[in-house]
Amino acid sequence: MKYLKQLMIILVISFAGEILNELLPLPVPAGIYGLLILLACLSTGALKTADIRECAKFLVEIMPVMFVPAAVGLMDMGEELEDMLLALVVMIPVTTAFGIAVTGLVTQTVIRRGKRDDK
Amino acid sequence: MINDFFKEAFFGGAALSLIAYELGLILKRRFRSAIFNPILIAVICVIAVLTILDIDYDSYNESAKYISYLLTPATVCLALPLYEELELLKKNLSAVVCGIVAGVIAGMGGVLVLSQTFRLDHIQYVTLLPKSVTTAIGMGISEELGGVATITVAVIIITGIFGNIFADLIFSACKVKEPVAKGIALGTCSHAIGTARAMEMGEAEGAMSSLAIAVAGILTAAGAPMFAGFM
Repeated sequence: MKYLKQLMIILVISFAGEILNELLPLPVPAGIYGLLILLACLSTGALKTADIRECAKFLVEIMPVMFVPAAVGLMDMGEELEDMLLALVVMIPVTTAFGIAVTGLVTQTVIRRGKRDDK
Repeated sequence: MINDFFKEAFFGGAALSLIAYELGLILKRRFRSAIFNPILIAVICVIAVLTILDIDYDSYNESAKYISYLLTPATVCLALPLYEELELLKKNLSAVVCGIVAGVIAGMGGVLVLSQTFRLDHIQYVTLLPKSVTTAIGMGISEELGGVATITVAVIIITGIFGNIFADLIFSACKVKEPVAKGIALGTCSHAIGTARAMEMGEAEGAMSSLAIAVAGILTAAGAPMFAGFM
């Protein structure tokens, strides 16, 4: 019954996340509330990693597939995207690459400065 | 006729999605090139099959949506890798915070500058503004600011796939080598789809990327109304 209990805990926390999403006026999705609840449970010792491990690993592993149906929905959006096509073809790659480079470099610079100070 | 059958069958769309993704994994293992991205290959294959067999997206999604149904529980479970790397987070807290804040500002700043360059109108601009955050947050921001939520979702997915495919190239071009920095960059700029790549890179990358999705999403929600006022 191990997997059933793990699934139960994960679904209960997901539902708790949905309740918070409904009650609080913040633009935070249910999954993120749930993530914070689970993190809090693990940190305080209310739950042990063994209580959710196998089921959680499974769900995290199959997560990429969950984006496929929504992405396939792009096939019906040709007309809506057409107006902005040129902008999108340039903007998405440029801004995303710029963002990744800036985030990576800033994080790395601060980490390395910290390491240097430790020495 | 196939369309009708597909609409009635419960597992057709879901099975097709998994077969296409598995094919993507096989191709990736075989060719070891970033272009053979499993998500991208799965999407292309499914669209090809639906087009050839003349099946509507809605008939397909009637079954395939149950795969996406697990997205909330899966997001919850990202807490596990994050918890296991909590010490790493504590040790690098200032770097993580600086990185995410810089990334969120750079992302929205980039959209602002290019929107002006391409003379987009305000609606198009705010539709693109939340492109780097996770779908649920991004849709909400787009609606709030008067954007077109369906296009925002499309843009968010394309952004994620782009990050998933090209992150390695960008990291080596910019000499980003720290696992924590890679994870934070992927999660901040290409949300959960980028995080899928970070998970493949390693535990530290995956954990930091999961954290960055949440923090960057909330920061973007807070900062987007201000950016919306700039154009």
